[in-house]
Amino acid sequence: MSAHDITLHINGKRHDCRVEARTLLVHLLREKLGLTGTHVGCDTTQCGACTISLDDRAVKSCTILAVQADGCDIVTIEGMAGENGELHAIQEAFSLEHGLQCGFCTPGMVMSTRQLLARYPDAEVDEIRHQLEGNICRCTGYHNIIKAVQRAAAQARSSADGREPAVTKHAAPYPTDLHQRRHHGS
Amino acid sequence: MYPAPFDYHRPDDIADALALLDSHGDDARILAGGFSLIPAMKLRMMQPAHLIDIGGIDILKGVRIENDALSIGAMTTHWEIESSPLVAEWFPALAQAAGVIADAQVRNCGTIGGSLAYSDPSADYPALILALNARLVTISLHGGNVIDAMNWQQGLLTTALEPGEILIDIRFPKPPARTGSAYIKIPHPASRFAVIGVAVSVTLGEDGKARDLRIGVTGTSTTACRALAMEQALEGHNLTRDAVEAASHLADEGIEFNDDQLLSAGDRAYLCRTTAREAVLAAWARARNKASA
Repeated sequence: MSAHDITLHINGKRHDCRVEARTLLVHLLREKLGLTGTHVGCDTTQCGACTISLDDRAVKSCTILAVQADGCDIVTIEGMAGENGELHAIQEAFSLEHGLQCGFCTPGMVMSTRQLLARYPDAEVDEIRHQLEGNICRCTGYHNIIKAVQRAAAQARSSADGREPAVTKHAAPYPTDLHQRRHHGS
Repeated sequence: MYPAPFDYHRPDDIADALALLDSHGDDARILAGGFSLIPAMKLRMMQPAHLIDIGGIDILKGVRIENDALSIGAMTTHWEIESSPLVAEWFPALAQAAGVIADAQVRNCGTIGGSLAYSDPSADYPALILALNARLVTISLHGGNVIDAMNWQQGLLTTALEPGEILIDIRFPKPPARTGSAYIKIPHPASRFAVIGVAVSVTLGEDGKARDLRIGVTGTSTTACRALAMEQALEGHNLTRDAVEAASHLADEGIEFNDDQLLSAGDRAYLCRTTAREAVLAAWARARNKASA
């Protein structure tokens, strides 16, 4: 069995790794590099919990060999929040709209949404549902996930200068919720 | 789950890939996008000793016009096909099909060549190459070969690809003026594979009648098929809804379907007839739109 020296650029940081040919990218991320935000749900290329960004394409990291990613730029869920831990606009939208319950699928949902908003900034509900077909959630019934994507899309459209939009502190829709208070400090 | 051990090779050009394939013979598999092969390897259904990754060979990627055909490199991804303006203009059916394969993440990796070489009986492209009359270009150390779409799939998961050959290019001949195409798919609710998929190409003749009608059906028991009886019933006719409805009863003639957990063979044959009817009408509407444009 061959072993390979590879270089990955993950969340802006360079990693030099030696991997067996059969090492899957998700196993390298989780078990060697400790980036356990990327989840393994089905392990059969269906659920999307392992979705990451590979050279700006949302891909299922359980079905890619680590050695295939040699030289690539990777963004995982750990790379979405800001340096001081402030949530990315997409994460904030999932929080505000209750787009998660157990949270297991959420890293994959967020990474798929990142690509969705880049490709279809004006996506309507049908397009959002179609583009998220590769991400399975067993809790939410998807309704609030769709709302979260719509909120994130509106947020991105309203940021005129095209940079990653700062999160507007909307009046919390569910003001008694502890989860809201934690993120809004109110 | 992870695959059984293997040696990984990533050749930079096609000559190196062919040399590796030649020297390792049956112990080697070509790795294209990997979204059929790697799942099969994780389940240990396949345990090749050598994996030859052709993802680093740039000449195999992309959509371009070559003479009177649209040439799609074998390593072009489904996403690149669904988002290609050239494909959308020449073959709306192909853009439609590429956009409903699996899901967005899989479409970013999976390739047309990998899918056609794997030859799953419920894959989408096999119906498209039949309807669009494609030719598949293969290469080996002994030279090239051009295979007609009708001869590509030979049986369950079996193609005309010989040992030592690599599929490099799929060529779709430029459609005549006033030609429309459409693809309609009933996806499996979980896997998104085609329960039934029907691809149609038809040209509106000067006399207002249908010419060169081709209907490709996927989701059958072994290989995609042409719905030849329905094609013959409609060739040279005006495709009114009534005419297409009547001919659609022939759509499953000579085509074998399987029973599975989801549907009986009879259910699939029924879906084949209704889907063929709608796909023919959709392609015909596009041909007429082109004529009036």
